[in-house]
Amino acid sequence: MHATWYFLLAGMLAAYAVLDGFDFGAGIVHLFVAKTDAERRAVLGAIGPLWDGNEVWLIASGGVLFFAFPRAYSAAFSGLYLALMLVLWLLILRGISIELRSHSKHPLWCAAWDATFAASSSAMAIVLGVALGNVVRGVPIDATGYFEQDLFATPGGAQPGAVDPFTAVFGVFAFTVLGAHGATFLAWKTSGSVHDRCREAGLRLWLASLVLLPFVTATIALGEPGFFGRFMARAPLWLLPPCAAAAAFVARRSLADGRELRAFLASSAFIALMLFATAGAMYPTILRSTIDPAFTVSAHSAASNRDSLAVGLLLCTPGIVLAVGYLAYSFRAFRGKSDGAAARH
Amino acid sequence: MDALAWHRIQFAFTITYHYLFPQLTMGLALLIVIMKALALRRRDSRWDDLARFWGRVFAINFGLGVVTGIPMEFQFGTNWARFSDTAGGVVGLTLALEGLFAFFAESAFLGLFLFGEKRLGPRGHFFAAFMVLLGSWLSGYFIVVTNAFMQHPAGYVAEPNGRLELGRLGDFLFNPWAIWEYAHTMTAAVVTASFVVCAVAAYWNLMKQFEDHARAALRIGVTAGVLACALLAFPTGDQHGKLVAKYQPPALAAMEGKFESGTRADLAIVGQPNVGERRLENPIVVPELLSFLAYGSFGATVEGLDDVPRDQWPDSVELLYFSYHIMVGLGTLLLALMGVAAILLWRGVLHRTKAVLWMLMLAFPFPYIATTAGWMTAELGRQPWVVYGILRTARATSPRVGAGDVAFSTLGYAGLYALLSVLFLYLVAREIARGPTQAPA
Repeated sequence: MHATWYFLLAGMLAAYAVLDGFDFGAGIVHLFVAKTDAERRAVLGAIGPLWDGNEVWLIASGGVLFFAFPRAYSAAFSGLYLALMLVLWLLILRGISIELRSHSKHPLWCAAWDATFAASSSAMAIVLGVALGNVVRGVPIDATGYFEQDLFATPGGAQPGAVDPFTAVFGVFAFTVLGAHGATFLAWKTSGSVHDRCREAGLRLWLASLVLLPFVTATIALGEPGFFGRFMARAPLWLLPPCAAAAAFVARRSLADGRELRAFLASSAFIALMLFATAGAMYPTILRSTIDPAFTVSAHSAASNRDSLAVGLLLCTPGIVLAVGYLAYSFRAFRGKSDGAAARH
Repeated sequence: MDALAWHRIQFAFTITYHYLFPQLTMGLALLIVIMKALALRRRDSRWDDLARFWGRVFAINFGLGVVTGIPMEFQFGTNWARFSDTAGGVVGLTLALEGLFAFFAESAFLGLFLFGEKRLGPRGHFFAAFMVLLGSWLSGYFIVVTNAFMQHPAGYVAEPNGRLELGRLGDFLFNPWAIWEYAHTMTAAVVTASFVVCAVAAYWNLMKQFEDHARAALRIGVTAGVLACALLAFPTGDQHGKLVAKYQPPALAAMEGKFESGTRADLAIVGQPNVGERRLENPIVVPELLSFLAYGSFGATVEGLDDVPRDQWPDSVELLYFSYHIMVGLGTLLLALMGVAAILLWRGVLHRTKAVLWMLMLAFPFPYIATTAGWMTAELGRQPWVVYGILRTARATSPRVGAGDVAFSTLGYAGLYALLSVLFLYLVAREIARGPTQAPA
C-alpha cells in the first residue's frame, strides 16, 4: 500500500512535470520564438486552453501528499517555507500573465505580460529543478521531524541552503530540458515563422540537454554517492536512463525531421523516465535527513494508516482515470495548429 | 506579534481574498446553466448572448480564483504543519478528491465552454456549462466537508500517537454539519451572483444600453436572488445555527453577546458586547426568541459565557459578535430588497422603477460583505480550536516557521493581491462597458 501511493504520487508529479513543463518551456522560449503580436498570441493560444488543467496535476499531487503522507507534507512544506512562497507567487504571476494578456491590444500591456510570462516561467523551471536537487540531496530534518532550510547558506553556516552549487546544477538542467520540451510542443502546435524558430530553438536546447546529461549524472555520482549507490544496487532501474537518453535523441531527431508529435511524445517520455529513475532510486525515502538517517521521512514512517490508504485508493483511482480522460479530450478538442484564436477571450 | 498571530493574519487575509472569486463563480455557474437552458428551449439569442457575456466575467473570476486558491492548499503545510500532520490522514482526502474530481473537470470544460461554442454546437455547449457547474459545486462540497470536520469532527479515529485517521467514511463525507454548511454556503454564492447579475443589468438599464438584454438578465437575477435570499434564512441558516447551538455553545453565546445563562433567552438585535464587564451595552432585544431559535422551545436554556471556562472562549468575542450580526443584518436587508424587486418584476414595472434599479446597481458589494462576515462567524466561533475539541489553533502552526518569515510573506501577498484587485476591477469594468453583444468564439 505504501509503495502504491509512493509511485502514484511520483506518477502524478511526473505528469505535472511533463504537462506544466511544456507551459513553462513555452514561457522560456516565448520572447525568442514569437516576435509579433500575432505570433505571441499563437504561442499563448497553444497553451491557453491547457495550462490550467496542467496545473491541477500539481494541486492534486499536493492533496495526495497531504492525505497519504501527512508527515512528509508538513515537514517539507514548512521546512522550505520561503521557497514554497516563491513558487506560489511565480505561479500566480504565470497564471495571470497568460489569462490577462489577451484582454487588451495596448502594446505596452501586451509587452508587460509577455515579459512576466517569460520571467515567471523561466524562474519556475529553475525552481522545480532546484526542488528536485533538494529531494535528491536531502534536508536537515532533526529529531522533531521538522527542519528549517534557508534559501541560501549564510557564510559559516552548518547546513547548505536550498540553493547551492549542487542543486543549482539541477536548476540549470531543468531550465534547459523544459525549454527544449516547450519548444518541441510549440513546434508541434504552431505554424509559419513561430514554428520554424521553435524548431531551431528546440534543436539547440536538446543538444544542450544531451551535453548536460552526463555532467548532471557525474554531479549526482560525486555529490551524492549514497543516492547513486542505491540506484546502482537496483538493477531493474539501469534500463531507465539509457531509455531516457534514447528518448532525448529521438525527440531531437524527430524535431529535425518535422515529425513533431513524435518529438513531443519522446520529449515527454524523456522527462517521465528521468523522474521515474529518481523515484525508483529514492524509494521508500521521501525526505532524506542530512543529520541522521534515523530522522529520514520515508513512505513507511510518514504514511496514514493502511485502512485510510485503502479507502483513499478506492476513491482516488476513478478520479485519476477521469483526469486522464479529460486530458485526452482536451488535447483532441484543441487539436491542430494554434492560430491564436484561443488566446482571445 | 508572535508567529501564531502572523500565521492567523496570513490565513485570514488570503482565504478572505480568495473567496471573493469562487463565491461568484459557483453562483454564476448555476445562472449560466439556466441561461443556456433557456437559450436551448426558447431559441432566443439574448440568452446565448448573456451566457457568453457572463462566461467572460466568469473566466476573469475563475482565473483569479485559481491563482489565489493554490496558496490555500499549500498553506496547510507551510503555515499549519502540525495541523496537517495530525489531521492530514482525514482532511487530506477531501483535498485530494477536490483536485481529482472537481478541478480537472472544471478546468477542462471551462476551456471548452469559453473557446468551443462553435465546435461543440448548442447542446455540447450546454453540456460544457453544466460540467463547469458540476465541477465548481463539487469543489465547494469537498472544501466544506474539510471545514465541517474542523468544526464538528466526525468519521475519524484517534490513533494512540495523537494522529487522526479515517474511521467511518460515510460519517466523514456526509457529516450533518457539512450538509447544512454546504447548503447555506452555496445558497449564499447564488445570492452573490444574483446581485452581481442584477447590478450589471440595472446599470445597462439606467444607461439605456442593451435594454432587451438587461430586462432578460433582471428576470433571471431577481428570480434566483429572491429564492436564494429566502433559502439562506430558512431552512439553511436556521438549521446551521441549530448545529452551532448544539455542538458549539460557547460560539453561540459569543455570537449573541450572552454572558449569563438562562431560559427564555433574549435575541439581541443591536448592542455592543463589553467583555470586561460581561454585559451587552445599549441592547435592543426580542424577548425569549433566542431560546426558541436555537433549541426550538422558549423554555430552553441558553448557556452564557459566564458558565464557560475562560480557556474555551472564542478568542475574539467582539469580532465574532459583530461578524454574526453583520451577516444576519445584511441578509435581512438583501432579502427585503430582492423581495421588493421581485414584486415589481412580477407586476412588469421593475425596468422603469428607477429607485429600485439604483439600489440593485449599488447593492452588489453587500452580499460579499455578508458572506465574508458569515465565514468569519464560522471560523472565529471555532476558536480556540483548529479541530474542534481536539487540536488547539495555538498548537497547530509550523514549529520552525518564524514570525519574520510569515510577516514577509504576508506583506508579499498584500502587495500582489493589491495588484490583482486593480487588474480585476479594470477588466470587469471593461467587459461591462462592452456589453453582451459579442460574437461567439
